[in-house]
Amino acid sequence: MIALAASLASEKEPVFLPPMPELVIGLVAFLIVLVVLGKKLLPGINKTLDERRAAIEGGLEKAKAAEEEAKQVLEDYRAQLAEARTEAARLRQEAQEQGAAMVVEMRAEGERQREEIIAAGRAQVEADRQAATAALRQDVGKLAIDLADRIVGESMKDSVRQERTIDRFLDALEAKPADPTKAEVTR
Amino acid sequence: MSADQMLAFETDCHIFDGCGFPTPGLHSFVFEPLFTIGGVEVNKPMLLAVLSSVTVLVFLWAAFGRAKVVPGKLQMIGEAGYDFIRKGVVYEALGKKEGDKYVPLMVSMFFFIWIMNLWSIIPVAQFPVTSIIAYPAGLALLVYLIWVPLTFKRHGFIGGIKNISGYNKELGWVLPLVMVLELLSNLLIRPFTHAVRLFANMFAGHVLLLIFTIASWYLLNGIGIAYAGVSFVMVILLTVFEMFIQALQAYVFVLLACSYIQGALAEHH
Repeated sequence: MIALAASLASEKEPVFLPPMPELVIGLVAFLIVLVVLGKKLLPGINKTLDERRAAIEGGLEKAKAAEEEAKQVLEDYRAQLAEARTEAARLRQEAQEQGAAMVVEMRAEGERQREEIIAAGRAQVEADRQAATAALRQDVGKLAIDLADRIVGESMKDSVRQERTIDRFLDALEAKPADPTKAEVTR
Repeated sequence: MSADQMLAFETDCHIFDGCGFPTPGLHSFVFEPLFTIGGVEVNKPMLLAVLSSVTVLVFLWAAFGRAKVVPGKLQMIGEAGYDFIRKGVVYEALGKKEGDKYVPLMVSMFFFIWIMNLWSIIPVAQFPVTSIIAYPAGLALLVYLIWVPLTFKRHGFIGGIKNISGYNKELGWVLPLVMVLELLSNLLIRPFTHAVRLFANMFAGHVLLLIFTIASWYLLNGIGIAYAGVSFVMVILLTVFEMFIQALQAYVFVLLACSYIQGALAEHH
């Protein structure tokens, strides 16, 4: 370094002090670069970079739009699916309810029919019984008179007496229907 | 072409031939003129400076001349460099709004300085133009002439002085001292350091390369050949190192230019 400094001092070589021609040439060379870059090349590349950004952003926007659409479709589909599910559940529920109602109805109908049949049967039985009772009453009366005729030997054909006798007999019968044997004994 | 025009040092001597080591020095940076144009003696660094300009323009023209939205390889490389300076340096320091104006200047400066540095390791050229102080000085002067008027234009005369001198009321009684130092530092020393930082780095790098290159040649005799090999390995390592330094110093120069402009635009606090 000392040698360098010494040589600088002694020989006055232009290391630190810029000589004019070199300063000027250096600056001119640089200014040419600056002007060509600033006026021509960099505006060109900036335009291209802007175009590229626009293209990329356009692409991004398209992709975004497509994504939105896909999302919308998916949502629609999901909504439809949910709707269909609700509908199906509703139908199932309805069918179940209808089935239950039918069963109840059928049961009621069955019961009603049964009641009807039973009632009809009872009425029939009652009618038969009454018919039988009536028939029996006549038969018993007749038999009793016949029997009395035979036993008493007296003509019971007299209708008035006959009637009276039958009625008295039957009244007696009905007065003690619960204990016919006793009635028989009393008699 | 003589050695004084192309190499600026002796090449016809080996060890044991009875001559001393031709130490590189300041004389290694003084070239005899190659030819004369219009009374200006053109030497090798001048030619390389002009070639730097041509190289940058040819490269960037090839890259950006017919720029396409879908870039080719060369355009991609150019764009990488362009975006590196534009976004990584200018926008980073000045912001997009203020910075856009300075993008062409900074991009041109970076590529121009880088190529001027790069000649250092290009065969035949093998000389970093920026190791001649005139070239960095010219660029530093240009930057100086941008940021100083900008300061006064932005803040007015008083505001500009306050900005440059780092005026701050809170400093109290040290303020006058600080203001004097800051004025000195910013107005007088700053352009000098700006230029010298680049110059000295390239100067020192070139001297280092010269020492080992010359040694490799000088030692190439007898037992010296073994040492010449070692020296040559150093040449290769230093060449790789210089490649890094060349780009780095170009970057630093531009970064500092941006930071000076940023300082000029900044509101003083």
